[in-house]
Amino acid sequence: MTDRLFEGADWDFHTLQRITDACEEVALKDLGLDVYPNQIEVITAEQMLDAYSSVGMPLFYKHWSFGKHFAFHEASYRKGLMGLAYEIVINSSPCISYLMEENTATMQTLVIAHAAFGHNHFFKNNYLFKQWTDADGILDYLDFAKNYVATCEERYGRTEVERTLDAAHALMSHGIDRYPGKKKLDLRAEEKRAGRRRQHEEEVFNDLWRTVPKGASKTKSAISLERRRKLLGLPQENLLYFLEKSAPRLAPWQRELLRIVRHIAQYFYPQSQTKVMNEGTATYVHYRIMTQLHQQGRISDGNFLEFLGSHTNVVFQPEFDDPRFSGFNPYALGFAMMQDIERIVTRPEDEDREWFPDIAGKNDVMGVLRDVWANYRDESFIGQFLSPKLMRHFRMFHLHDDPEERAGIRVDAIHDDRGFRRVRRELARQHDVGYIDANIEVVDVDLAGDRRLILHHHVIKGSQLNETDAKRVLQHLADLWTYDVALIEVDSNDKVLREYVVSPRPIPAAVA
Amino acid sequence: MHIIDRRLNPGGKSLENRQRFLRRAKSLVQGAVKKTSQERDIKDVLEGGEVTIPLDGMHEPRFRREGGTRDMVLPGNKKFIEGDYLQRSGQGSAKDSGPGEGDSEDAFRFVLSRDEFVDLFLDDLELPDLAKRKIAQTESEGIQRAGYTTSGSPANISVSRTVQLALARRIALRRPRKSEIEELEAEIAACTDEDLRAELVDKLEKLKAKSKRIPFIDPLDIRYRRFETVPRPVAQAVMFCLMDVSGSMSEHMKDLAKRFYMLLYVFLKRRYKHVEIVFIRHTDRAEEVDEQTFFYGPASGGTLVSSALQAMYEIVRERFNPSDWNIYAAQASDGDNSYSDGELTGLLLTDKILPVCQFFAYLEVGESGGSAFDLSDSSLWTLYDRLRNSGAPLSMRKVSERSEIFPVFHDLFQRRETSQEKAAP
Repeated sequence: MTDRLFEGADWDFHTLQRITDACEEVALKDLGLDVYPNQIEVITAEQMLDAYSSVGMPLFYKHWSFGKHFAFHEASYRKGLMGLAYEIVINSSPCISYLMEENTATMQTLVIAHAAFGHNHFFKNNYLFKQWTDADGILDYLDFAKNYVATCEERYGRTEVERTLDAAHALMSHGIDRYPGKKKLDLRAEEKRAGRRRQHEEEVFNDLWRTVPKGASKTKSAISLERRRKLLGLPQENLLYFLEKSAPRLAPWQRELLRIVRHIAQYFYPQSQTKVMNEGTATYVHYRIMTQLHQQGRISDGNFLEFLGSHTNVVFQPEFDDPRFSGFNPYALGFAMMQDIERIVTRPEDEDREWFPDIAGKNDVMGVLRDVWANYRDESFIGQFLSPKLMRHFRMFHLHDDPEERAGIRVDAIHDDRGFRRVRRELARQHDVGYIDANIEVVDVDLAGDRRLILHHHVIKGSQLNETDAKRVLQHLADLWTYDVALIEVDSNDKVLREYVVSPRPIPAAVA
Repeated sequence: MHIIDRRLNPGGKSLENRQRFLRRAKSLVQGAVKKTSQERDIKDVLEGGEVTIPLDGMHEPRFRREGGTRDMVLPGNKKFIEGDYLQRSGQGSAKDSGPGEGDSEDAFRFVLSRDEFVDLFLDDLELPDLAKRKIAQTESEGIQRAGYTTSGSPANISVSRTVQLALARRIALRRPRKSEIEELEAEIAACTDEDLRAELVDKLEKLKAKSKRIPFIDPLDIRYRRFETVPRPVAQAVMFCLMDVSGSMSEHMKDLAKRFYMLLYVFLKRRYKHVEIVFIRHTDRAEEVDEQTFFYGPASGGTLVSSALQAMYEIVRERFNPSDWNIYAAQASDGDNSYSDGELTGLLLTDKILPVCQFFAYLEVGESGGSAFDLSDSSLWTLYDRLRNSGAPLSMRKVSERSEIFPVFHDLFQRRETSQEKAAP
């Protein structure tokens, strides 16, 4: 047939172009997707490993930890323990998808449909991404970050920069604003501001002023606790932001490094909240596109079978007692839910009408899905759209493990009428990052006294911090703060469970 | 829509991060390299490859929660109903939500390239600058033909290649041959018919124009010979490992000897492209053996050092012509030798072995912590010491601890360097 996109497994750039055009036609016309312009890049396995190691980004500042990850990935790749991802896609405009050169033509089609259209649509339309990320600015910002870090290394020494970055990385997961309220991230403006700040510092720097005697310091009393807290913006859960703004002895470039790490953490925040939805969307989209192309006769039966093989592997969900089990597979759960929504919209049963009165039998599959993709995150998506039929299909059950309970782990709910809502609520909760991450915030600073920084960890369900790690992170925190840092773990009744106090390590004399 | 081929981008973007990591993990990796090299054969030391390093020192801490009561939703319930209890350990328990997570963080394998491995290996041993300078000195640059290029100096024009290309181009573009034009001219001269003549003249004009358009030699055809400088390594070397394996040599002593040979091999390998190793073990008879037998094979009997030297001399005469080979020898022994053998050993050394050797090292190995070792000199030591005092180029040292191996190695080479410098003027 002349209409085939390709024959066999080989591809060239001309084939890729044809594939992309064909996918685009289905994606835009039949599915009504709305995507950023696409850019497709073919890379080697080594480059793929490389991208892996720097959180999937094409350009990134240099740091030993990426080298560590590279070595780790490389070793397990060589040993055959790990297959490489078929694709990496970047939330930027144009949306960049990396394809591996080793992939067959079928795999390239799958990847293009999956990444360049599925993920791309999700990035562009989901409210979290709209709120928190700046697809136009990210690549420029990463470029700026890379150069900035390099410049700092030249000026202040590699060890110094490494020390600051290590500390920032340790606090990265607590460098996020969880609730919008401030304005959306504008990375281009951010980059410009950073440049201006730097320039300003250089212009106004005058060594003379350092020697000018200071006036008598203000009396340190007076400021009330409430006022002090307010001035410092406390309580503050974004530890990196707090340090950047309030740590007394950081050099301006150190604050900029904290800001960079914080922006990058924030940039990835939506991805961690939408794993199930994001992969579900992309998988659903590639499945639709591939099926469509096959029906049109543009993909041969053999190649379509090859696709089905890979697809089935991707959406495979091992059961809990299977040695391969490691939690819910976001591809499997996400894809199943998208297909289930399609079923509810087109062929609802009575149960579905009862559970999903808004969408059951509405018949406009893509309309409903696009709306879902735009307005939910994993937690709310599962909480709203996980149907009894799917819970039965996966045979889900809810376990409650109380270490105090001698009899063992209790089965709290199963996939029956009594259990559906409880199972669904619990699964949704497990996909809520606000609930998964430790809830730690800065509550006070003893400014008048020894400047000790006080943090609270609000312990949920008796789950405290891992001690070794907590001490190490706090050490980093204290080094940045340059005074003592105390972390107090409190339960819901404000009862103190454990307390850490860490003093900063002396800074090597070279800095002064 | 853009499709871009990034495969040709300069690779190794991760190299710098990798180096940063290596720098940071240096002591860990060094420890691993040391450990790995102990388990390897001499030649394999240079292979590079995997080392396993603990991740602990490279751990990146995060606030992590653990313990407490836990809730989880799992797939695949086959038999449980609400209110059932699962056993915590054993099958069917889903307690470990992240199995292996802790384990995989414990250690990981790091693949080192050959150079990285040797660097770390030598670095740990603090190979003296002296030795590095020596290595640098022995590489000389040579010049070698390396094909043709389109630019270069006129002196390097390759006439034959240029003409060859010009010819190919002329044929491809159908430049008329000289003989063709001459033939046509002759035809015109002989022609009587006006019309035909005009036609032929026209044809001739065209051919002439064409031969003008297509030059005999075009700048495009010109090719220059290209030369490349290549490092020309100093030929080749052979290293003789001589060891007394009589019953008195303990595993510890053999280990010391092995380390010394290893260092010598790495050192020579850096210096020469091609290094052969000959293992000779001896009791009261000497034989050439492979590495396994050399270090691990059981043997016992009396001791006749001269037998080993004799065997070495035979092998040199048969296979390693001293004018083609740089010959190194290192002898390891606990120092026992038959009294009757002393004279013969001395003669063999001064007359046959030392004249063909670049370097002869004698390593007297002793038991760990053996203080008695220092009390009296062994028979072999006394003999060699006498030879050395009478001016023979011998290097000798005593070793009883692993940690001494490198300093001794260093020492031996340094001593040789100075004696050479003394000898030179």
